[in-house]
Amino acid sequence: MEQMRYEAPDTVDAAVALLVGAGGETRILAGGTDLLVQLRAEWIEPDLILDVKKIPELTEISKENGGFRIGAAVTGAELGEHLGVKKAWPGVVEAVELIGSVQIQSRATMGGNLCNASPAADSVPALIAAGATAAIAGPNGRREIPVEDVGTGPGRTCLAKGEIVTSIFLPSRPAHSGDAYLRFIPRTEMDIAVVGAGVSLTLDGGGKCSAARVALGAVAERALLVDAAARALIGTPVDDAALDNLAKAASAAARPIDDKRGTKEYRIKVSGVLARRAAQAALERARQS
Amino acid sequence: MAKIHVTATVNGDEVEFLCELEETLLDVLRDELHLTGSKEGCASGDCGACSVMLDGRLVCACLVLGVEMEGRSVETIEAMAAGDELHPLQQKFLEHAALQCGICTPGILVAAKALLEKKPDPTETEVRFWLAGNLCRCTGYDKIIRAVLDAAAEMRVS
Amino acid sequence: MSTAEKLENGKFKWVGTRPVRPDGVDKVTGRARFGADLFLPGMLVGRVLRSPHAHARIKSIDTSKAEALPGVKAVVTRDDFKEMPSESVAAGEMMIDYRDMTRNIMAREKVLYDGHAVAAVAAASASVARKALKLIKVEYEVLPHVIGVIEAMEPGAPVLHEAMFTEGVEPTPDTPSNIAARNELGRGDVEAGFKKADIILERTFDTAPVHQGYIENHACVASVSEDGKAELWCSTQGHYMVRAFCAKLLGMDISDLRVTASEIGGGFGGKTIVYLEPVALVLSQKAHHPVKMVMTREEVFRATGPTSGANVWVKLGATKDGKITAAEAVLKYQAGAFPGSPVGPGCMCAFAPYDIENVKVVGYDVVSNRPKVAAYRAPGAPISEYAVECVVDELAEKLGLDPIELRLKNAAKEGTQAAYGPKFGPIGFVETLEAAKSHPHYNAPLGPNQGRGVASGFWFNIGGESCATININEDGTAQLMVGTPDIGGSRASMAMMAAEELGIDLDKVNPVIGDTGSLGFSFLTGGSRVTFATGKAVIVAAGNVITDLRERAAKIWDIPVDAVEWEDGFARPTSSNAGEFDPLSLADIAAMAAKTGGPIAGHAQINAQGAAPGFGTHIVDVEVDKETGRVTVLRYTVIQDAGKAIHPSYVEGQYQGGAAQGIGWALNEEYVYGEDGRMQNTGFLDYRMPVASDLPMIDTQIIEVPNPNHPYGVRGVGETPLVPAMGAVACAVEHALGTRLNELPMSPPRVLKAIGAIGEAQA
Ligand SMILES: Cc1cc2nc3c(=O)[nH]c(=O)nc-3n(C[C@H](O)[C@H](O)[C@H](O)COP(=O)(O)OP(=O)(O)OC[C@H]3O[C@@H](n4cnc5c(N)ncnc54)[C@H](O)[C@@H]3O)c2cc1C
Ligand code: FES
Ligand code: FES
Repeated sequence: MEQMRYEAPDTVDAAVALLVGAGGETRILAGGTDLLVQLRAEWIEPDLILDVKKIPELTEISKENGGFRIGAAVTGAELGEHLGVKKAWPGVVEAVELIGSVQIQSRATMGGNLCNASPAADSVPALIAAGATAAIAGPNGRREIPVEDVGTGPGRTCLAKGEIVTSIFLPSRPAHSGDAYLRFIPRTEMDIAVVGAGVSLTLDGGGKCSAARVALGAVAERALLVDAAARALIGTPVDDAALDNLAKAASAAARPIDDKRGTKEYRIKVSGVLARRAAQAALERARQS
Repeated sequence: MAKIHVTATVNGDEVEFLCELEETLLDVLRDELHLTGSKEGCASGDCGACSVMLDGRLVCACLVLGVEMEGRSVETIEAMAAGDELHPLQQKFLEHAALQCGICTPGILVAAKALLEKKPDPTETEVRFWLAGNLCRCTGYDKIIRAVLDAAAEMRVS
Repeated sequence: MSTAEKLENGKFKWVGTRPVRPDGVDKVTGRARFGADLFLPGMLVGRVLRSPHAHARIKSIDTSKAEALPGVKAVVTRDDFKEMPSESVAAGEMMIDYRDMTRNIMAREKVLYDGHAVAAVAAASASVARKALKLIKVEYEVLPHVIGVIEAMEPGAPVLHEAMFTEGVEPTPDTPSNIAARNELGRGDVEAGFKKADIILERTFDTAPVHQGYIENHACVASVSEDGKAELWCSTQGHYMVRAFCAKLLGMDISDLRVTASEIGGGFGGKTIVYLEPVALVLSQKAHHPVKMVMTREEVFRATGPTSGANVWVKLGATKDGKITAAEAVLKYQAGAFPGSPVGPGCMCAFAPYDIENVKVVGYDVVSNRPKVAAYRAPGAPISEYAVECVVDELAEKLGLDPIELRLKNAAKEGTQAAYGPKFGPIGFVETLEAAKSHPHYNAPLGPNQGRGVASGFWFNIGGESCATININEDGTAQLMVGTPDIGGSRASMAMMAAEELGIDLDKVNPVIGDTGSLGFSFLTGGSRVTFATGKAVIVAAGNVITDLRERAAKIWDIPVDAVEWEDGFARPTSSNAGEFDPLSLADIAAMAAKTGGPIAGHAQINAQGAAPGFGTHIVDVEVDKETGRVTVLRYTVIQDAGKAIHPSYVEGQYQGGAAQGIGWALNEEYVYGEDGRMQNTGFLDYRMPVASDLPMIDTQIIEVPNPNHPYGVRGVGETPLVPAMGAVACAVEHALGTRLNELPMSPPRVLKAIGAIGEAQA
């Protein structure tokens, strides 16, 4: 085995060049809360570990077009301390803040959560519901794609060799809108989602839902954007009937497996329950905004 | 195997060490620097026994690579007492019998100190959620929570 | 004042107070050295290669490539351990067979579970050791495996041990099976008893195996010198047991092996046997270097002892007014890969809290392809008593009786003949029930979707062999040495008893845990025995010190020793007839020790008899989210008879810790196995022990019905607190739901299934 190498470049270009130039397996290190566990368990044996935390572009939060561009290596703790993002996208921030413990929050990043591509990643359904996009840099330049297109399956992303996610963009928040993310875990903390549900919705002047996005986590090979669930809300006052339909649509869209964290039938049932509760929380926020 | 040379600040002192790339900050602290107050309960971020402060943030030392420490500063349980003077949290843990076996104690103390620095007047619920990343199998947490709340109250007075 | 008088008047100076523990500062500053905290010059890193199969025959092991790797100093396999004849010995509260022990630490013919050790290396660094493990080639013939207890008992199940024929059945079967043994106990005539009953309930329960979950992974450092003498440092509940086991397995003289117990980061029964220690010794011997071995958390889960998962059938009959007329149970306990589950104590404890005339309990000890079980707090009792308590609760419900009243009607008291044999002496069960009944918690209102459960529990507590030495230093301070590792504050209780007896200040007593070279044999820290048994040794040793002190004073005063009494830390003449002398303090006498005969000391080596059982009653409130199945514990109260609480804070701590473990067992802890027979949740993220935010404060009430066989009345409190917890939580959940689950853990999917929110059909 080749000796493992560690690099910590300070520009995106240098990072991409290192990745492109490296032979063998390469791994980006952001907070390392997934990567180090995988290294220790010997699931991965990369030849190059590329630490992206020294690249300013990846560690900043900036305003852009009324929304926010969040560096892929911004930690959960930093995001949680950013009042602007928290006010605009409380659902996204609460999702990120659910990741692990305080200790994990000091290190874990949205970029890592997204690129680790666990179907149960907490921030991803919230980001999908928010309509977030991911900025990607690579040997062939830069591109920006919807967050839902990044993960393609457990541990797999659409990133090509040499590509890194540089930031995540959260669009400007429309008036009278709100988002929320809820997950179910058997304990109160320190668990991986058995089901996650993110909902973002906008109300018109009359209190009817004019736009909505609903996403589910941990019920398929990757986080799902559930159009049918969104349609159950759009055009309604988000009343009980609409919420029932939403819950049904969410359960219908879930296609989970049995695993150590939950059974298939349980996940199907709870998808609906959580989608409904998340929609209620988002509605509350929309009414207050 | 070629080791990597790292210079970092540990408990206020500049130290140099050599580490293998696969070694974590916890491995470095324990095996290279023999600062064994930080404990390994899982090496995967789940138990918090390895909690340390890294540049002012609470982290699991088992989830930081040793090589990432270049130019950075870490504080461990060994730096918590000021000379002969125990930190109020340490004192309260003793008074409340907030430890049985004591293996979780260093990590919990470091984590609790980080909490009180951020939030001098936490509620019971806040303490519980803040410490959720620190497993204790012996105490059922009751006396730990009381000790933290009591230390917070005392620190607010003084 | 005599101890008896002090006990009567509650006039103790130290006993019953809450001083800071002597080892406290070391433990809050990170100075205390646990198993993995020792570094010796030239020390190597040892690691174990473990089986990836649940059941396989080992065809060959080729270590040549690993041995050739630079930095590798030794490799060991089954060939480095000799065959052991079958011989059963006590390992804490459980029995263990040397033939199995040697196979458990290093697989011989077969691997019997995922994680079973097959080889080990000692190397210059952890990374070299890891690489070396990958270079060891093991050829396996994979065999069919069986995980569940019921499956393992079925005819045609894959058999783990071809030479195992069920013991305890007549005639002995002529085909091997996974049922190692059947045992039975009881009294009276259950058939007749059930005939007298107005109501009979029969229920079956399943419980999952759970791990002790100590936060400190197993760790040791072994150093064997060229003359065969060895030192071993390890995290253990009993270093004398480690010494005995290792010496036996490796064919050493006991005196050649000196074992030091490190500070121990939790054990709960799980550190009463050996895993790494013999392997580290052999590696060190081969490598001619000290070797440190530390398990990873994954290894702890895959290869060390959980307690049994079980299937329990209970039948209770009672009259209309709630008198239990007969009780019967069948217990099927998993032993893991080798025989020796705690089904024996499970049978004995099942109905022990109750005064029942007709009892029959049958137990089966069943092997399957899982790690060998180890003791876990009151081994065996929590499982059977959980099942019985659930049926008692249902009985109360069906009869329209308050569950505490029903228990009071049937509660064991002083003089009750226990089904497992003895007549109880003074016990505090009724007192815990009365206290529960009048506790504000029991009578507080409940909200919607909330339920309250109560359950009781029993554990024997044990005594056994302990040594203690008190050396009086020249300045009048006392060096106290005991041989039972301090796992949760016992140094404090030992020092308090010594100070109380000697009549000196607590801070003048410095308690230490002696290594096996410094003090005689002491049985382990387990069985809730330390405060009772080692405590008794301390008291005897202190008495011997006092005898010595009186003799010295007699010499100084030149009067007969009978004319000197020891009171509150001073030697005094018994009366003015003996002469007019100023009292001599312990420090005064110590200062003159050289002139009066040399150093002053007291030693005790005892086999403490008369341990007395502990009873507890728990009250718990839960709320159930009927849409997700999540159970939240809202309020918890533990009431238990301690006999006498030497240091009440640490007694409360035992109560609280036991309850917390019980909540984990009740709600979320379990082993998840894949089709391949491999454990899937080998970390704390997926083996879900309670975190701080999962629990409420845990209230405690200490009942003190003294044990007449201990000078202060101590019973021992370490294990009973786990016993009632699962039953209490189960009853609370059942009352919140109106449905009984009869299965642990009551995880969210099981709760939803029980209330029909999700069906079997959908899966
Ligand atoms: C105790 C514990 C609890 C946890 N709890 C949760 C939880 O509740 N919810 C949850 O969702 N997750 C949880 N996790 C998993 C993990 O913390 C999160 O997925 C986290 O967001 C990962 O971020 P990171 O920065 O640490 O990623 P890293 O470990 O640094 O990276 C993760 C993966 O993404 C890749 N990567 C990282 N950044 C980039 C980038 N910019 N471009 C391309 N690829 C990149 C890495 O190469 C790696 O493969 C937990 C982990 C632990 C140890
Ligand atoms: S050892 Fe780092 S969290 Fe457990
Ligand atoms: S005191 Fe033992 S784990 Fe906390």
